[in-house]
Amino acid sequence: MSLSPSLDSYAAIGITILMVLVVIVAMLILAHFVGPSRHGPVKDSPYESGMPVSTDARRRFHIRFYIVAVLFMLFDVEVIFMWPWATVFHHAATTGATIPLETGGVAGKGFLLAGMGVFFALLLFGLLYEWKKGAFQWD
Amino acid sequence: MRDFITSQFGVSVVLAFIVINVLLGAVSYCIYFERKISAWIQDRCGPNRVGPWGLLQPIADGIKFLVKEDVVPNHVDKPLFIFAPAAIFLVAFIGFAAIPWGGQLELDGRLVNIQVANPDIGLLYILGVGSMSVYGAVLGGWASNNKYSLYGAIRATAQMLSYDIPMGLCILVVVLTMGTLRLEEITLQQTGYWAGWIPQWNIFLHPLAFAILFITALAESNRTPFDLAEAEQELVGGFHTEYSALKFGMFFLAEYAHMITASAFIAVLFLGGWHLPGVSWTQPQATQWYAVLAKIVVLSTKIIFFLFVMMWIRWTLPRFRFDQLMRLAWKGLIPITLALFVLAAALLFFDRQRSPLWALSGNLVILVVALITASSSRLRVTGRQVNLPTIAPATDFVRLGRVEMPL
Repeated sequence: MSLSPSLDSYAAIGITILMVLVVIVAMLILAHFVGPSRHGPVKDSPYESGMPVSTDARRRFHIRFYIVAVLFMLFDVEVIFMWPWATVFHHAATTGATIPLETGGVAGKGFLLAGMGVFFALLLFGLLYEWKKGAFQWD
Repeated sequence: MRDFITSQFGVSVVLAFIVINVLLGAVSYCIYFERKISAWIQDRCGPNRVGPWGLLQPIADGIKFLVKEDVVPNHVDKPLFIFAPAAIFLVAFIGFAAIPWGGQLELDGRLVNIQVANPDIGLLYILGVGSMSVYGAVLGGWASNNKYSLYGAIRATAQMLSYDIPMGLCILVVVLTMGTLRLEEITLQQTGYWAGWIPQWNIFLHPLAFAILFITALAESNRTPFDLAEAEQELVGGFHTEYSALKFGMFFLAEYAHMITASAFIAVLFLGGWHLPGVSWTQPQATQWYAVLAKIVVLSTKIIFFLFVMMWIRWTLPRFRFDQLMRLAWKGLIPITLALFVLAAALLFFDRQRSPLWALSGNLVILVVALITASSSRLRVTGRQVNLPTIAPATDFVRLGRVEMPL
């Protein structure tokens, strides 16, 4: 029983996930059945330092958190774009290999570096723009 | 049967089973050592009642977690409330699957990796699984329908998202240096020597990336000084305020499992994994069973060292304020890691990616520029961003005694 090495790896990860799931289900079931279970109106209400509950907890939160989420989407996705580039660029720079382009030419390490340079400049411009706009100002 | 056990897949399955069990035991004892180290730092005794030196304390804690009432309050979103600890526990315990524990072992004339899985994208796998722990926090906080929980969850989310970016960029520096995403391959490439005796570990090429990766690992696993999500003085218990019994225990165990995986990850990326210079058993050529054991011991020692430093930091440094935390990520770490990325790309372009002289001087330049920029007041990287108006001393207000009251 042996698939390709890479598929074997994913199968092993899948089995790991299954094993951990067994542990989790066992823990949740044990937690549910072993301990005592006594309910009461005070015990079942949300904890608010002993005060009666005033409002529902799901209220609006500050706009800053929303901005962080949007910035994360932008930056993290851009960083993920750099990963395949990094491996291709390493290959091109260490072995001198070239990558065929759709236009018919070939791209060497200089072309790859310049391409990432443009991308990186946009990323940097975005960061500086957000900085100047005060998106990172938290107090 | 024997053929299956000695194949790579069989070894992977057996290893996964062993590592999960060892990890479950290790996280319990992490809590014991955390308490012992805190006691040592604060000049106390720590747990010493259950068994010799309190060594059975984790078992007692486990039993207590089990027999306590598992409260599910009736104001919570029940499916999500149960799903959240499961989610955080799952992602904390599957991250180790791509860690190369002990090089290669010769079994029945075949070489097998002592690694559960060796996918082509091992680094991406660990990064992805690591950032998924934010789901457990945000779901737990949202499902609890409690203000403390919700604020803790929002803080945890903002913090983990912000520190994900410098973490990704630091790992990218390693990818640019090594040219592979396979963790076994990264370890193997670090087993050479400079000048005959200095191991070619990445820490000697990019110490700044190593330091920043360690900082982000602290932030990602919600450890002090980044434990804003569960700042007791402000938020009671943070996103797990409403959890009790074993569900709370799962959040707790997940935090320590996350620490162990992050430590192993940093050790593999920057400290050469199982490689120890000068010891023949920890070289890649050694494939006997005792060599594999020696390699596992070496990697475990590195992990324990990182765990100790994390605990040491927890009981030494105070917590950040939230604005300091966000500023450190966005105005401090991200620009520095972007500069490190440029440095790594430039070194690679000029084929100097494995030259410590160039890499170290580049790191030094980045560090000096960052320090000068941070200390110049115009750019306001540190310190308060907005000067609050000073409050005028009250001169014309009520004073107790025989002073007239303004009407």
